[in-house]
Amino acid sequence: MESRVILSDKQLSITLHRLCHQLIENHGDFSQTVFLGLQPRGIYLARRIVHMLKDLCGCSVTYGELDITFYRDDVRRHESPLIPSTTKVDFLIENKKVVLIDDVLFTGRTIRAGLDAMLAFGRPTFVELLVLVDRRFSRELPIQPDYIGKVIDAIDSERVKVFWNENDGLDQVTLFNVQQKNE
Amino acid sequence: MFNKKMSNISVKHLLGIKYLTAADIQLILDTAENFKKIINRPIKKVPSLRDITIANLFFENSTRTRLSFELAEKRLSADVVNFSAASSSVKKGETLIDTVNNILAMKVDMVVMRHPNPGAAVFLSQHVKAAIINAGDGAHEHPTQALLDAFSIRERLGELAGKKVLILGDILHSRVALSNIFLLQKMGAEVMVCGPATLIPKYIGSLGVLVESDLMRALAWCDVVNTLRIQLERQDIRYFPSIREYHMLYGVTLEKLNKLDKNIVVMHPGPINRGVEITSDVADSKHAIILDQVENGVAVRMAVLYLLSGQAPEIQN
Repeated sequence: MESRVILSDKQLSITLHRLCHQLIENHGDFSQTVFLGLQPRGIYLARRIVHMLKDLCGCSVTYGELDITFYRDDVRRHESPLIPSTTKVDFLIENKKVVLIDDVLFTGRTIRAGLDAMLAFGRPTFVELLVLVDRRFSRELPIQPDYIGKVIDAIDSERVKVFWNENDGLDQVTLFNVQQKNE
Repeated sequence: MFNKKMSNISVKHLLGIKYLTAADIQLILDTAENFKKIINRPIKKVPSLRDITIANLFFENSTRTRLSFELAEKRLSADVVNFSAASSSVKKGETLIDTVNNILAMKVDMVVMRHPNPGAAVFLSQHVKAAIINAGDGAHEHPTQALLDAFSIRERLGELAGKKVLILGDILHSRVALSNIFLLQKMGAEVMVCGPATLIPKYIGSLGVLVESDLMRALAWCDVVNTLRIQLERQDIRYFPSIREYHMLYGVTLEKLNKLDKNIVVMHPGPINRGVEITSDVADSKHAIILDQVENGVAVRMAVLYLLSGQAPEIQN
């Protein structure tokens, strides 16, 4: 499997800092803002961002983790059932500003399911999307991010994987070329 | 794709706990945890099964199980049709396979069935195409009840392995008892049965369960007691002299529980005959998790329906 590093440890850290400053610029003290990390991989990015925001502005940040399995549009399109992760959202998002956070934006279908799943917790004022990697030109739905770590061009047989120190032992974003059969 | 977790359940139908592996049971219980969270939200519904139609076929009376299945189906956004034998062509002499095939001809994807004959679900699964979920077949199995009992024990005590569970009462006529014994043993719990000798099946020991005739000794042994209802409607002869005597010897009372030097969890699959197998002060006490069982029933049934809903063939092609 061929691979290429898109963001190294240091570049990733700079990017995360930039994203945090953009969030502070738009949201102020975050009193009306909630962050929702999308399970399973978006939560590592979301936890990082929330942690850094607390350090940077000293304010408290409302944060939850949303699993979208039951809202996917490809339920029952696989031989085996899709297995859910845990949802941890112990607040309502009614009249809040929501920032959805995921690591890689590809077809946009996960985000569509996320928008659907989110509505079980209320009607937000508006919703923004933050992603670390935006694979442009590969969207299957009209969904665009508001905050982008890095834009990349990749072909369909390539996969982006984000590694996190707390889970994978290093901070890195890598582009893999996978075999057709592994898709 | 990198971000989709998939897992396999080894069966196409839920006919009985007997046919499940420990991994299947674990998967169902873990999935049910997610559904329990969903049914406690302001909006209790997910769209997962919106393209599925489920028929609930009840050839025998039921309130709780039927309502629980119907709510589980509706919270997964499935379409539901209900059928009860009392108002159907079964009375006109139609066979089970014909009845079900007629319903399937109307494009139904899954069948939830309760039937008075043991083995009805297994028989049906061999003759029709849809996924079958057994909601109780005679005195044979009631798998979703055993799963929700296990879920409730796990929720209260953390895990099933190593726990001591007493099943008390009418073991002979109980499908709940058999499914519970299979499930608890597969998950590494110890099982004891207790009741009047006439209501304990002769060969129950061959299942590897302990048998005890003295209630106080049995209560002192267990962590959990699952109190079964005396099924008078299934009893063709008299198995014990009187309800009053049964209650004195085998009824769970607060007085008996207070004599123990520990707290045990009291369960009951319902419907309760208050003052027979269990007194009101126990049923309404903190020992009892009877209403938790009912709540968990919906979550567990959602998990079973979700995991068995399979692949949509018509869309694939």
